[in-house]
Amino acid sequence: MSSTVVLLWLVLSTVAPPVPFVQDTPNDAGKSITIRWQLAPELTPDFVLLRRSCERESTQVVATLGAGDNGYIDENVCDGVRYSYQLGVVLGADTVWGEPSQWVVSKPQWFNWARLNILIAMILFFALVIYFIEHAKAGRHLFVRRIAGLDAVEEAVGRATEMGKPIVYVPGLGSVADIATIASLNILGEVAKKTAQYDSALLVPNRDPIVYTVAREVVKEAYTRAGRPDAFKPDNIFYVTSEQFAYAAAVDGLMVREKPATNFFLGTFWAESLILAETGATTGAIQIAGTDSVFQLPFFITACDYTLIGEELYAASAYLSREPLLLGSLKGQDMGKLVILVVIVLGSALLLLSALPGLKFFQEVSNFFNVSGINLTGTGLPLG
Amino acid sequence: MRRSIPLAICLIMGIVMMVQFFVPHPISVGFYDLTTKWIRIVSAFALVLGVGSLILYHLDRLQRRRAGWVYSIVTLVALVVTAVIGLVWGVKPGSPLQEVIFKNMLVPLNASMFAILAFYMASAAYRAFRARTKEAALLLIAAFIVMLGMVPVGAAIWGKLPEVAEWILSVPNMAAKRAIVFGVALGAIATSLKVILGIERGWLGGGK
Repeated sequence: MSSTVVLLWLVLSTVAPPVPFVQDTPNDAGKSITIRWQLAPELTPDFVLLRRSCERESTQVVATLGAGDNGYIDENVCDGVRYSYQLGVVLGADTVWGEPSQWVVSKPQWFNWARLNILIAMILFFALVIYFIEHAKAGRHLFVRRIAGLDAVEEAVGRATEMGKPIVYVPGLGSVADIATIASLNILGEVAKKTAQYDSALLVPNRDPIVYTVAREVVKEAYTRAGRPDAFKPDNIFYVTSEQFAYAAAVDGLMVREKPATNFFLGTFWAESLILAETGATTGAIQIAGTDSVFQLPFFITACDYTLIGEELYAASAYLSREPLLLGSLKGQDMGKLVILVVIVLGSALLLLSALPGLKFFQEVSNFFNVSGINLTGTGLPLG
Repeated sequence: MRRSIPLAICLIMGIVMMVQFFVPHPISVGFYDLTTKWIRIVSAFALVLGVGSLILYHLDRLQRRRAGWVYSIVTLVALVVTAVIGLVWGVKPGSPLQEVIFKNMLVPLNASMFAILAFYMASAAYRAFRARTKEAALLLIAAFIVMLGMVPVGAAIWGKLPEVAEWILSVPNMAAKRAIVFGVALGAIATSLKVILGIERGWLGGGK
């Protein structure tokens, strides 16, 4: 019996748990403390984490952790209150307590330093765009490559006039908050201007009530600017339904009944993209599509005559209107892509160099480009 | 005035939301939550405009007896019946709206529309895989290898075929995908900037 006690005392004295390192969780909204500890290789038992509050003079076990854990985020604390943490090793019915940590206070931050790289990239990109806008304002010529799908707009509208058939313009299924929808509404303005000039009927079925309201204003404005306010028919721009497949069925029905000469599918699309495009193809219409969804692009490329791929959709309003301000921002975008390309090549070279012994420093440099600003730590999840 | 006020709101809110992204403080988070609630409320009011448009559009079709006017009756009746059932019996699970209209009508109809997609895919694939050009031939060969590599018979023909299919998907396909995504991301940022600065005014109904 006494030998067992001596043995137990010997074991307990050799497995003293480490002193935890504590800090206010960085780049957060407060109410969070990060606790880390270094594990001795011979330590394999489970831990308990004790929290001591200075102001409230209370102690509380906040977590039971496995042997593999070396950190914990305590998200059940109050800001401005001093806390200390202590680790305990559980050995059967006994717990061996280590030294308590330093006092730590949680507080909310005013700047997320983990997003500094995003801020730098954003400022750089904005500067590029604004520089080229100013460049365009000065009247300098800016070259923009040919986009076949947009060159075909004129031809597509003209064809509808010749055939005496309407044009169906689908502004996508997204809300007005989607960039693709905003881009689509900009193109709608240009298309509507042309339909007003050619005196073609333009049908715009909508899935979103706000998009419907904006689309009606866009078309009305375009007809007014083209000097044909009398030709504007408000009933041709209408709301259908917010249900995805009900909307697809309604547009399919419209295309089958009206047999339009031209279909435009521009904006945000999901699974209904092929249902719309394939139905339109069977009616024999010229089809111009465009979306920023990489999953729907193959369907449009297959079923449509022309497809605006990704950013071409955003470039469309600048391309069609030829407004210097819009063209300037387009050049800024291209320069931004060039910067990204340089950063990718540079980053790849740094990673290769950091693999060499003695050049580990480059790993730190390339880590700066990691987008780690989004805090994915859950409530009280151990940092494994 | 009609344009300057929305443009000013857009500029201020655009800058504020940009700043908010970099500020983790509870005040900033609270403001973001409040904004999203406001967006939901405004969107709900916009639905009234949509329903108004729907009713007027179908009434006009009925009056003029346009092609397919019978379907307009179906639409208007469905609109009224659904609204009445929802208002009288509620929308909770077990209510007629949930059990009859949603589970037994809307879900099967949606499923049918989604199922049609399979047939459209077959016809689109037939059109895409006719090797008329170099690009189409390349697409046909790549698709054939990928499809064969994804099924057990592919591995039976040649053990390395699934690996080749995986390589096509994860290297050339992914490279093209990422290039598009880069362009889309930058395009979205540039468009947002144009909207915030008032250069792009399409969302206001165009005009200067």
